[in-house]
Amino acid sequence: MSTTATLPSATAKRTPVVAHHFDDWDQQYDACVLGMWTFLVTEVMFFGGAIGVYMIYRWQYPMAFAHASNELDVWLGTFNTFILLTSSLTVALGVRYAHTGESRKVGWMLIGTIFLGAIFLGIKAYEYYTKFHHNIAPLLDLPFDWGGADPGPTKIFFGLYFGMTGIHALHMIIGVVLMAMFIPAAFRNEYRDGNSLGVEVIGLYWHFVDLVWIFLFPLLYLVDRAITAPPAL
Amino acid sequence: MSAVLEHETAPAPIVREPKNYLNVAWTVRSWLLTVDHKRIGLLYLAGITFFFLLGGAAAGIFRLELMTPQSDLVESETYNKLFTLHGIIMIFFFLVPGIPGVLGNFLIPIMIGARDMAFPKLNLMSWYLFMIGGIFTLYVTVAGGVDTGWTFYTPYSSTYSNTYVMATAVGIFITGFSSILTGLNFIVTVHKMRCPGMTWFRLPLFVWSNYATALIMVLGTPVLAITILLVALERGLKIGIFDPRLGGDPVLFQHLFWFYSHPAVYIMVLPAMGVISELVAAFSRNRVFGYKLVAFASLAIAVLGFLVWGHHMFVSGQSLYAGMVFSVLSMLIAIPSAIKVFNWTLTLWRGEVTFNTPLLYAMGFLGLFTIGGLTGLFLATLGIDVHVHDTYFVVAHFHYVMVGGTVMAYLGGIHYWWPKMTGKMYPEGWARFSAVLVFVGFNLTFFPQFILGYLGMPRRYHVYDEGFQVLNVMSTAGASILGIAYLFPITYLIWSLKYGAKAPANPWNAVGLEWMTSSPPPTENFIETPVVDFEAYEYHRHPAERHG
Ligand code: HEM
Ligand SMILES: [Cu+2]
Repeated sequence: MSTTATLPSATAKRTPVVAHHFDDWDQQYDACVLGMWTFLVTEVMFFGGAIGVYMIYRWQYPMAFAHASNELDVWLGTFNTFILLTSSLTVALGVRYAHTGESRKVGWMLIGTIFLGAIFLGIKAYEYYTKFHHNIAPLLDLPFDWGGADPGPTKIFFGLYFGMTGIHALHMIIGVVLMAMFIPAAFRNEYRDGNSLGVEVIGLYWHFVDLVWIFLFPLLYLVDRAITAPPAL
Repeated sequence: MSAVLEHETAPAPIVREPKNYLNVAWTVRSWLLTVDHKRIGLLYLAGITFFFLLGGAAAGIFRLELMTPQSDLVESETYNKLFTLHGIIMIFFFLVPGIPGVLGNFLIPIMIGARDMAFPKLNLMSWYLFMIGGIFTLYVTVAGGVDTGWTFYTPYSSTYSNTYVMATAVGIFITGFSSILTGLNFIVTVHKMRCPGMTWFRLPLFVWSNYATALIMVLGTPVLAITILLVALERGLKIGIFDPRLGGDPVLFQHLFWFYSHPAVYIMVLPAMGVISELVAAFSRNRVFGYKLVAFASLAIAVLGFLVWGHHMFVSGQSLYAGMVFSVLSMLIAIPSAIKVFNWTLTLWRGEVTFNTPLLYAMGFLGLFTIGGLTGLFLATLGIDVHVHDTYFVVAHFHYVMVGGTVMAYLGGIHYWWPKMTGKMYPEGWARFSAVLVFVGFNLTFFPQFILGYLGMPRRYHVYDEGFQVLNVMSTAGASILGIAYLFPITYLIWSLKYGAKAPANPWNAVGLEWMTSSPPPTENFIETPVVDFEAYEYHRHPAERHG
């Protein structure tokens, strides 16, 4: 099972150091991967709570939320989605290279992923900036100028927008820091034996963070975008 | 008689090493940086005992105040802070981490024949997170307290209360992660670390129920985390989420809070049920009746527990139909709980019972948990709850399950495994006396509260109608007895560390891997990895036959 199965048989494999309480490498490998999956389940529940709150308010104030979501820049959002999906590709390639023992390429793929992650965060920061600039960031006691109807629910929309994308960005920053920690090892050629465990686990995490965005993007930017004015009753 | 301990494939005693996990090192550092699950269990024991005493002290003060209908010992604000502190400490710092942290950590790897948890460092980190969360709570206590009740209902908690809500929330948020990591570790450990031959249906029921608990910890606690975070965003950044003035919905907070906190009551009681399975089997020398049914009942409770949160909100403005659905679902969850109670009873009925201290506690659990569970059904009945919601009836209900159930099981378990954990026997006479005293004190404290609630005394007030005084005095008297009764075990258990008789590997002549290694066990639990070719609770197989 596990990594060893995908190793090219030509690679002379050195057994990775097995921690004292495991019987063998397979057990350690399976335990770590299951541990990460379990952690991701907790993350699903965590983001699930926030998304649940958002959906309930969306359902309670459909018009206000539709109008507010029109304030978000759908093109920047789309571009960021593209960037993040590409970063999922690079991290997946990194895992692949770790399997095949091409250690330096693992390093480059992680650098690429971090680079793409940084672009995403930069664009997100710019989007935040424009919200502050247009006085639609309902944080602390900043002025909130909302020309349209329903300033109350609109505030909730932007509050949740900042809250949810903020927590997502925080997860990305954590992911970037963790990936950076693997880079030196990659360039020291430490993945030449196909010992991919660490890269694989961080890869799982990164894919998950992407997946969260795949939910946030339509929920915040796309749903009911066609509604720009209150319908005639 | 010790023949039953040994494993067939290992005719020589598995362990005859003088070195054990306690005497390998004595330094403070060796404790604070340990990754041994057994030492971490003892670290939890220290932390949890401390918080239990602190929470108990708060209760002692407000129970004294409640002796009279007027306000004399403390004023309203202080009273609110006392019951809030009591609830927060007892729930988040004693009951939730209690049995999993102490007994679960210590026993699960041994019971499945592993050398440690899957993630020993993460395990240590859980303890540190628990303690850091606890330090926040201590800070709040010293700095001036918090008065929202353990339920933190908004908008009071997010907007109006001017006590230390944020610091408390941060403390609970951090401890929540301790709970998440413990759950994660349990799940991976049970899946991946079982020794050869230890199939799922050979696992002791203690492991099953902790596994079910771990599922709830992992699925429920993150929802508490996000809820606290949203309250913090509302309080700190003034984002309107639950405050009606900002368009938010306070009932939404209650939904989120109870989505965690109802399952959390099963985080508190499922491990206790696991302890009871072990105690009942060992002291009736009998295989737990309907083993698989009990194992699956744990999982059923874990799953159903997520579907009933609305029974806390019958009068919070949730729709009547939602209330009816939640009412029916709440009754369903009583079924797996009742299955367990019946099965334990049948185990006892068919067994050779000896009334040692652990079994006394287990018997206490059976009676008190049954009363607590049945009154839960009263409360789950929509029409009745409208009358007794927010009265002492609810208070009595949850103390019967949490104190009469969980604390009883915890004490029973501590006595049962004390020889294994410390290598010392506790004094049986004193222990039996204290167990009976706990039972008497408990009932005198909380039974009158059922009547008070039924008569209409609301919870969370310290000034009450004079007609209620007699029952309140009874309750305070009971609490004094209970308080003293709890001090006995703490005293004689510490005493036994120095003066107790040396414990043999298997003082109860019980079966299970934990009794097949020395007391206390060596650092990696077994000298050789055990191989299991026997079922759980094989008491029916005669020792001689086993070795024949
Ligand atoms: C037989 C299954 C149970 C049922 C049907 C049940 C039902 C209920 C209901 C309907 C309430 C709400 C009463 C009200 O506020 O008006 C309640 C409160 C409570 N129950 Fe249970 N319960 C059960 C078991 C348990 C267990 C096993 C525990 C803990 C180990 C527990 C702990 C609590 C607590 C802490 C509260 C009060 C929460 C608060 O408002 O502060 N219950 N129960
Ligand atoms: Cu409940």
